Amino acid sequence: MSQSGQNIFLQGVRDGIPIAACYFAVSFSMGIVARNAGLVPATGFLCSLFTRASAGEFGAYTLFAANASYMAVIVMCVVVNLRYLLMSATITQKLPPDIGLFQKILVGCCMTDEVYGISIAYKGCLQPKYTYGAMSVAGVMWAAGTASGIAAGNSLPADIVSALGVALYGMFISIVVTAARKHWKLTVAVTVACLLSWICSVCPVVRNIDNGTRTMILTVIVSLLFAWLLPASVEVDDSKVTGEHD
Amino acid sequence: MTERNIFIYIAVTALTTNLVRVLPLLLLKERITNRFVRSFFHYVPYITLSVMTFPAIMETTSPAIGLATLAIGVTCAWKGMGMLAVSLVCCICVFLSQLL
Repeated sequence: MSQSGQNIFLQGVRDGIPIAACYFAVSFSMGIVARNAGLVPATGFLCSLFTRASAGEFGAYTLFAANASYMAVIVMCVVVNLRYLLMSATITQKLPPDIGLFQKILVGCCMTDEVYGISIAYKGCLQPKYTYGAMSVAGVMWAAGTASGIAAGNSLPADIVSALGVALYGMFISIVVTAARKHWKLTVAVTVACLLSWICSVCPVVRNIDNGTRTMILTVIVSLLFAWLLPASVEVDDSKVTGEHD
Repeated sequence: MTERNIFIYIAVTALTTNLVRVLPLLLLKERITNRFVRSFFHYVPYITLSVMTFPAIMETTSPAIGLATLAIGVTCAWKGMGMLAVSLVCCICVFLSQLL
């Protein structure tokens, strides 16, 4: 028997709670940057609720503060968020084949690194309601964190702010390691990616490329390399689309 | 210099970001069966997250604290701790290291 829609939504909400907690911590520290760009809690809430991007928003607030052109904001948003192109492309492979246009747009808008991370880990075909459930709590907390950060301003001690800032990385580590410990090929790929990433951050010339672009280029190169060297044995079956290694 | 409107800034940021997310879903209609392409898509998310974490985590405070936080976070996740727990452990590591 298939699960009811409400259950799937609630399951998404449940899995979204840890993400929401992390989002609050991270967007709180981002609120401090937003405040310097002239945002008030209400505008910060709006921007975060509708954008939901960490690196993208950080970049945007820096540009707002510099009174940059709208075109500069567009270019920055595209470049920094290019990885979402790849994420959305992979999520198309995970969705039920009969999904409608409106649902596709909604699922697309929910693609943040973490919500994507749990969506891709969903057993079998992705039920969009699961993603909506997760985003409903995570998105609101992301926006609430930004607003609170703007309101609190610089009143928090610096050591608390830097401790909160690492929450995002903790979340990333959890997603990657949970998958990697089941698949040795992924463990190798991730280790190589980290090494290359470190080399690129210290190498002359390459280190001057901004973080978003470097992430994008490295992701494409390393993923292509490993798809060629260590192809994952991926099932092709509409009822159960999962990526599994040998 | 022209003073720009914060609401237009917000609209531009939100629209552009979401367009990047939605476009592939609208354009890619077929199920991909090619093993190479599927493997590529399988690696992408984890490689992206790894590259975003390392070495950036070393820049939050000092390289040594960043590395220690990473090592502890990876160990906790490897032992099967959940997302929120791993995140909290990392935050506590950084916080405690600043008290030293």
